[in-house]
Amino acid sequence: MADWLTFPGAFERLAKLRAAEPKTWGVLAAFESEEGIMNAARRVHQAGYTKFDAHTPYPVHGLERAMGLKRSFLPRIIICGTVLGFITAVALQYWVGVIKQPVVIGNKPLFAIPYAVPVMFELSVLLTSFAAVFGMLALNGLPRLYHPLFNSARFKSATDDTFFISIEARDPLFNQDRAVAFLKELGGQDVEIIES
Amino acid sequence: MQEVIRTGFPLEQKESLTARPDLVLGNQTHETITEKISSVVEGGTPMAWYVVTGITAALTGMLFTMLGYLVWNGIASWGNNVPVGWGWDITNFVWWIGIGHAGTLISAILFLFRQKWRTSINRAAEAMTLFAVMCAAIYPGFHVGRFWMSPWLFPVPFPHGVWQNFRSPLMWDVFAVSTYGTVSLLFWYVGLIPDLATIRDRAKGALAKTLYGIFSLGWRGSTRHWQHYEVAYLILAGVSTPLVLSVHSIVSFDFATSILPGWHTTIFPPYFVAGAVFSGFAMVMNLMLIARYVLGLQAYITPVHLDNMNKIMLVTGNIVGFAYLTEFFIAWYSGNPYEGFTFFNRAFGPYAWAYWTMMTCNVISPQLFWFKAIRRNIPAMFIISIIINIGMWFERFVIIATSLHRDFLTSSWGYFRPTLVDILTFTGTLGLFLTMFLLFCRFVPVIAVAEVKAVLAHQKHREHGEHSEHAVYTPHEGEAMAHK
Repeated sequence: MADWLTFPGAFERLAKLRAAEPKTWGVLAAFESEEGIMNAARRVHQAGYTKFDAHTPYPVHGLERAMGLKRSFLPRIIICGTVLGFITAVALQYWVGVIKQPVVIGNKPLFAIPYAVPVMFELSVLLTSFAAVFGMLALNGLPRLYHPLFNSARFKSATDDTFFISIEARDPLFNQDRAVAFLKELGGQDVEIIES
Repeated sequence: MQEVIRTGFPLEQKESLTARPDLVLGNQTHETITEKISSVVEGGTPMAWYVVTGITAALTGMLFTMLGYLVWNGIASWGNNVPVGWGWDITNFVWWIGIGHAGTLISAILFLFRQKWRTSINRAAEAMTLFAVMCAAIYPGFHVGRFWMSPWLFPVPFPHGVWQNFRSPLMWDVFAVSTYGTVSLLFWYVGLIPDLATIRDRAKGALAKTLYGIFSLGWRGSTRHWQHYEVAYLILAGVSTPLVLSVHSIVSFDFATSILPGWHTTIFPPYFVAGAVFSGFAMVMNLMLIARYVLGLQAYITPVHLDNMNKIMLVTGNIVGFAYLTEFFIAWYSGNPYEGFTFFNRAFGPYAWAYWTMMTCNVISPQLFWFKAIRRNIPAMFIISIIINIGMWFERFVIIATSLHRDFLTSSWGYFRPTLVDILTFTGTLGLFLTMFLLFCRFVPVIAVAEVKAVLAHQKHREHGEHSEHAVYTPHEGEAMAHK
């Protein structure tokens, strides 16, 4: 219908592709309590899975350790933002005051650190915040408006009161039947297979 | 028990010393929290909302009419003129910026101090910050005279090739206020992402699904995401804390770096910051008391929250009162006749009425908060908060008008009177502020759902005792980052 917007027949081809190979994205299991998910995450990690995740309505502290996650890389990105902001502020004020527009105003020096401090501080804070927010989004792969997990109706309660473990099919250890059995053994409820 | 022996405290006593009141009342679960707070957004819009928003939107319309009139007729439509070149516009600018500070204080500083009671009020307080900064930014933007040239405030290559003077505190102000607005927006939005996802997952209508879906960025509560998210949130809190202190310090530099008696004082930065927090908490209190009552959030905004906020008002009110006295002492002790005259004139000159209004509202009225009965009395705290807001407005007016109106030459003395445009513009900004807040209450979760759930989880752990098996995996939040 709106073919002029995309490539001719793109939607039909996409639909055909998707109908041709329904691929398993992974398996999903629900847990009722914090303790349940903590234990399950630890066991899944110990079993050697790497492409798995725990979904919680609020950050459950210690869960990242139970999952064996490495420390976040984000602080390193953030410090780059801070330094960049600081350098920008010094360069901007020096360049404007001394090089581009050397005008003496009120007999003040063309460049001096005391007057440059407020802008140095503000730009450092600004770029720190940008690095923190956009770095966080980039590391998380967000925004990502479609995700196979959103196909699960049960998964909607991940932002309400239920804790989930998902194991992805691209994990080298993944075997659908074994993964399902394993999650059930750990106390997972409503274990389901998610298609991509 | 080992720890108990080492610190020498019997366990019971230690617990009672650190006993904390419950911050979420009633027999609640994660689900009831989601249900209650989402229902505010999801339920049908009450008729009263349309009525109130209609009124505030009309006031907002009046604001834009007045600003249009100002642009058409020139700055003389406002009452400021020699010798009082800064009138209500800068008074209102400082007042609005100050109000914003409570939001950042609650969201950032209380976060760093692990004050869990902040979770029920931080969302609304941060929103209030954003709207207050919006109202504040209007004034300097229009006070430049030619509003359409206000982009020249920013160091961007313009065809005319003239660059800003970074030696001017007004330039620092541009950076401080714009950084503050941007960082507050980011901080607020980052906190909002998980809650928007909650609303998205409950949404029924196609439009709601699409819009909340887009704004929640595809959040799915992944622990891998939470890990980066918490680092980002902590860092934002960490940089917002000095930022909020810097903003009002820099606003005070606008005055303090001048050589005008009454403005040229080193006490200004801390005194302005304390005053900002003072007035901001008063505004948060006013808004939250109404929201709490109208939206039925009594279980989340408890008397403990209100009590704590009143205590902060008491502390900052006393800091402000102490600063007033210090200014007077220094005016006398410095032996500077101009300084001495300015302060004598401030208290006993033509603006004495404004000065004593300020003193009564800001120094005397918060003293009532020494009494617990008043700190927990809702009508009393509502009225005192309004009085404090009025008093803090007068503080800025007194600082600006009384320092300017009697110049060094008696021939140029004058008296500032606001015009109708001044008054209607100010009323209009109140309308804009309230309109934004009403829209916020209607479309965005007013309480940080995910954070309150974490507080509830913590509270339940405490009730069951921390010595249970799983306690090993629920360390103090600070440690979550420290592990390798």
